[in-house]
Amino acid sequence: MRRVRAALAPYLLALPGGLWLAVFLVVPIATMASVALQTGNLMDGFSQTFNIAIFGEVFAQYHTQFLRSIVYGGIATVIMLVVAYPMAYWIAFKAGRRKSVYLFLILLPFFVSFVLRTISWGFLLADDGIVLAPLRDLGLIPDDFHILATTTAVIGGLVYNFLPFMVLPIYVALERVDPRVIEAAQDLYAGRFQAFVRVVLPLSLPGVFAGVLMTFIPATSDPVNAQILGGTSNTMIGNIIYTEYLVNNDYPAASALSFMLMAVLLIGIFVYARALGTENVMEAAAR
Amino acid sequence: MSQLFRGLTQSRFGRQDASLVTRRQALRLAGLSAAGLALAACGVQGQKAAPPRQSEMEKFWAGKQKNGKVVFANWPEYMPEGRDPLKTFQQETGIAWEYKEVIQDNADFFGKSEPQLRAGQPLGYDIVVMTNGIHFTKMQQLGYLIPLDHAQLPNFAANAGTKFKNPSYDANNTYSIPFQAGITGIAVNTEFVKEKITSIQSLWDPKYKGKVGMMSDTQEIANFAMFALGIDPDKSTLPDWEKAGAKLKEQREAGIVRKYYDQSYIDAVARGDIWLSMAWSGDVFQRQLAGEPVEFVVPQEGGTIWVDSMMIPKGAANPVDALALMDYLYKPDTAAQLAEFIQYVTPVPAVKDVLSAKVGSLSGEDKKAMELMVSSSAIFPSDADYARLRSYKTLSNAEEQSFQNIFQPITQG
Repeated sequence: MRRVRAALAPYLLALPGGLWLAVFLVVPIATMASVALQTGNLMDGFSQTFNIAIFGEVFAQYHTQFLRSIVYGGIATVIMLVVAYPMAYWIAFKAGRRKSVYLFLILLPFFVSFVLRTISWGFLLADDGIVLAPLRDLGLIPDDFHILATTTAVIGGLVYNFLPFMVLPIYVALERVDPRVIEAAQDLYAGRFQAFVRVVLPLSLPGVFAGVLMTFIPATSDPVNAQILGGTSNTMIGNIIYTEYLVNNDYPAASALSFMLMAVLLIGIFVYARALGTENVMEAAAR
Repeated sequence: MSQLFRGLTQSRFGRQDASLVTRRQALRLAGLSAAGLALAACGVQGQKAAPPRQSEMEKFWAGKQKNGKVVFANWPEYMPEGRDPLKTFQQETGIAWEYKEVIQDNADFFGKSEPQLRAGQPLGYDIVVMTNGIHFTKMQQLGYLIPLDHAQLPNFAANAGTKFKNPSYDANNTYSIPFQAGITGIAVNTEFVKEKITSIQSLWDPKYKGKVGMMSDTQEIANFAMFALGIDPDKSTLPDWEKAGAKLKEQREAGIVRKYYDQSYIDAVARGDIWLSMAWSGDVFQRQLAGEPVEFVVPQEGGTIWVDSMMIPKGAANPVDALALMDYLYKPDTAAQLAEFIQYVTPVPAVKDVLSAKVGSLSGEDKKAMELMVSSSAIFPSDADYARLRSYKTLSNAEEQSFQNIFQPITQG
């Protein structure tokens, strides 16, 4: 009896998580796949026709926004990485006793709603607002210069909104780097740069990997920044899915687009995992 | 997947657990998704309903009782802050009320409510307010609205203006009576625009490159393009829409349009990001009263008049109380209270007399504001004004498809 119970224990322990995944992940994704393949409209109803062609159709119609989202997400992620790494490095190694204060400051914006913060950027960067008006008066920028309703504004918004998700995982990875490893590198005649490139950087790669996952995915599918900060040609795929679902009530098209977005992101991540793969990280760490 | 995340969860110095998904687990997962697919594959039933017969309406209302409470779902800034009209309603009728500002957008509200209504679940609201247009028509066609018992709406019969009875989008007010109407025209930031704007062509003027705001709503931009081309939206057909689409595309590609806005256009125009914008009358008047440099213009070529109507959604718990409140808002004094705050077009013409009578009792700034309001042609349009105003075209399902295919790509650059 005891042996049976012991054998069952791991399964029982996995049960809550498994059920959670089944109900809130597997069923919705299966439903989404099923809806994507249906045809019809709201008035006459939708019926299952296994209409695979829908994926080609929606891609043909919205490939511009699709590619644009991936490009915006990619650029934003790279900028975040460049900004976040030195921040995380400085907090992990140089901030001393004030570490938790700086971490708190990074998290502080989260106490205000995401949408509200983005709208506030609209006020700050207004054409005649507190930043641009003085610069224009000083003659530093041309009369028709503006930030809102441009690609820069949208990517800037993405960087601003998701930056903490890049800083924190990198910080955690750097924090766990044993100082003795760096000392050892220096004992072995590595300069500071050498020690960073060959020891610290490889050890922090899992953090970078996690940071990229946590920022690239939401940044690519985000509709809010494009909606609030964008102009006439900054529409992202998230906005299209929103319109298809709520305005056009074209549930199959919305599902097909969501499914494709998910697939593209997953493939991208697998390729990325291979390139900078976790195995390589382990190797780099062991080197 | 597990391979993906291993590096994140595992100690880099530690052992490598064999946390790969076993084949059995993978099979089990596949089985579950297959079940999900089978479950979801049934499709969604069509809901299209036939127009109600008189007898059905009577059958619904027969034996329905007053319950002593009502839940009213409305748009923001559509009821004075103190909710005075609702408070007096409670005093006079004994019906308690809940007022919720939950509707921000017709499409959004419809999109969120539709699955619930289709499943036959109540929304929890006894009155909802939607604009005439695509989504209101869908509500009717899908049978999501309760036909109104006009025997219980005496104030509406007595006080509503003739233009608000028997509208083209809801014959005989079968399902709806107006809450407020409004005009889509042009908002002008007078700090930056010194000339007098009278024509809709100003929205196509290269002089205002990058400083023009258009709306993201397809029915709104379609109407404006048709006004600019001299087409009557009510009589428009597919070739007209194509011309209108081309006109909008030209405006967009010339870089004249800064952005296709939702409700946020009013902030943008008030702070000078845009100088000219398509606008809803009441928004502009409210800002004007607050002292911001904005002005509202109904273009000489035409403007759009739309009506936000009250209706009772299927499954409403307190339909009799809902009718009582809807009718109460048609008392001239109550309607005047609303109009004074909302600054849109009231469906009760007698409001003008109530407010004119009030001018004498006011002084200073208040008096001036009230005089301005009573004389404003965008709050109390004259017959000549109405002659320039048009509705959205009521679209059939097939028409809606081609209409959206023309106008949506313009706002979705």
